[in-house]
Amino acid sequence: MVMKRVKESIIVVLSWLCSLLLAGSVATIIGYLLFKGLATINLALIFGDTAPLEAIFLGRQVFNGLLPAMVGTLALVLLALIFAIPLGVAAGIYMAEYGKGRLKGWFSLFFDILASIPSIVVGLFGFSVAVFLHHNLSERIYPCLLIAALSLAFLVLPYIIRTTQVALESIPVTIRQTAPALGATKLQNISHVLLPHALSAMMSGIVLAMGRCAEDTAVIMLTGVVASAGMPRSIFAGFEALPFYIYYISAQYSDSRELASGYGAAIILLIICIMLFGLAFYIKARFELTFTARSGDKRRISQRIMKAPDRRKKSLKVNFQTEQSGQGTLL
Amino acid sequence: MTRARLIERALLLAATVSGLSTVSIFVFMVILGLPILTAGHFSELLTGPWSPDHGVYGIRSMIVGSLTISFLSLLFAFPLSLGTSVLIAVLAPRGVALAMKRLVRFMTAIPTVVYGFVGIFLLVPIIRELFVHGSGMSILTAALLLAILISPTMILIFVDSFERVPRSYLTAVAALGGSRIDKLIHVILPCSWPGIVTGLVLALGRAMGDTMISLMVAGNSVGLPQSILDSSRTLTGHIGLIISADFDSLEFKALFACGLLLYLMTSIMVVIIRSLHFRAGVRGW
Repeated sequence: MVMKRVKESIIVVLSWLCSLLLAGSVATIIGYLLFKGLATINLALIFGDTAPLEAIFLGRQVFNGLLPAMVGTLALVLLALIFAIPLGVAAGIYMAEYGKGRLKGWFSLFFDILASIPSIVVGLFGFSVAVFLHHNLSERIYPCLLIAALSLAFLVLPYIIRTTQVALESIPVTIRQTAPALGATKLQNISHVLLPHALSAMMSGIVLAMGRCAEDTAVIMLTGVVASAGMPRSIFAGFEALPFYIYYISAQYSDSRELASGYGAAIILLIICIMLFGLAFYIKARFELTFTARSGDKRRISQRIMKAPDRRKKSLKVNFQTEQSGQGTLL
Repeated sequence: MTRARLIERALLLAATVSGLSTVSIFVFMVILGLPILTAGHFSELLTGPWSPDHGVYGIRSMIVGSLTISFLSLLFAFPLSLGTSVLIAVLAPRGVALAMKRLVRFMTAIPTVVYGFVGIFLLVPIIRELFVHGSGMSILTAALLLAILISPTMILIFVDSFERVPRSYLTAVAALGGSRIDKLIHVILPCSWPGIVTGLVLALGRAMGDTMISLMVAGNSVGLPQSILDSSRTLTGHIGLIISADFDSLEFKALFACGLLLYLMTSIMVVIIRSLHFRAGVRGW
């Protein structure tokens, strides 16, 4: 009995120690970063020697500042999402609503594999496609913003597909079957009921994908990021990005000023990623709230049917009324 | 064709394009790496040293580097994650458990390059002075940092599978007079083994696929490492270090062999996890 007591206490103590060790290491890493870098966070870190307003509105070149890298990252994230969202959402809708049997299983396997491929391999793929096109299509193609964004789009594509699919599949049957019971077609059900319902969960996944695009370094370092390019001017040119800047500084810094800007860049990237992450969780928390608030569902669905474009509303309304008169109140 | 059918076709097309991208990455790697996979280079590729000056493009030391770093990091991270998830799911009071869970979620938001950056300026000097061996950039350094990087992956999956254990089982243990540790050892852990294996495999995949940490703190030397305090280069780091623009050289072709190897290893892990879920009926992660 005593032995058992001792054994149990050891397990409890070890478990607490593990948690403390983990929390301690994270606190040390973040604390060290803030301790070293907080002092460098100011306007000069971002804008260098250029006046902020002139840099933003007059397009004056920024030297010794992080602005080009920040704008480069922003351009990269937006461009990658422009490619990834339509394809990913469409594929996700297919998987949730149309996909059946063996074909769906194969797709699912392929998306899982795509999600697991190390980002550096995706980068190598993007790089070799660029070189291949350079040799065979046009001499003007070489690793650039467009190639990097396309590669990143492949990296986050499986996330967007999965979140779309899961968001649609987790809609309760009661909501899923309401509109078809009122005579809505499958397509009307998807576009007026299911998609609006899944929107916040999908948004949360997309925001997480943004975070991944913003923090990834391995893909872009092979597909066109450079240490100094200035503001991104064309999608066919090289560009700067925050994560690569941090990597570059850690390996190539020449004086303490550059090193300090590396710490500053690391803090800024950390803040951006945490904000995106927090946003995703905020959206998701709201989404779970709407799901538990069942009583509001009926009203929302009828509102959505009423908001449909006129020609569709007509048919929906007719069906709505016939259902109501025929079988009592369904809604 | 009606509009509804047209849209269904378009959605199918999107899924097909996405699925084909997986295949096309594989095909690209195979085709471009073919010259070094055939023509008698194959055994040399897997077992030989990396010395481009002598025309030998072996990636053995990168394979060894990748495997040692990722398994060592798993060795550090697994007990750490198991302890933390036990605390979150079973032992801690509500407030502490929630705070720890938030911390773990927060950790998944920290960019890898930030870990690497802090690692270079904080951990590398510590390792250098502690062991007085080389530059401080070593397998051990990378494995320690990676352990922190992959822990959240494991913890979130572990906690999730612990919480899936049916409540009635736990009540049964309590009714028999068992303590919470009895619940843990005799019910919760045995019940959640598929989740634990899934977490381990996923974390291994993350460790093996990570580029920035090993690139930044493992030292990248091409020799075969003799101890965990030696500097080493991983498969991912090797790809990340390409400087040669000579697309047709064998030196460059060897990168595709590295890429192919990484692709195959992570795909095998995916298949393992999927079959595990299929058999155990565990739902998503």
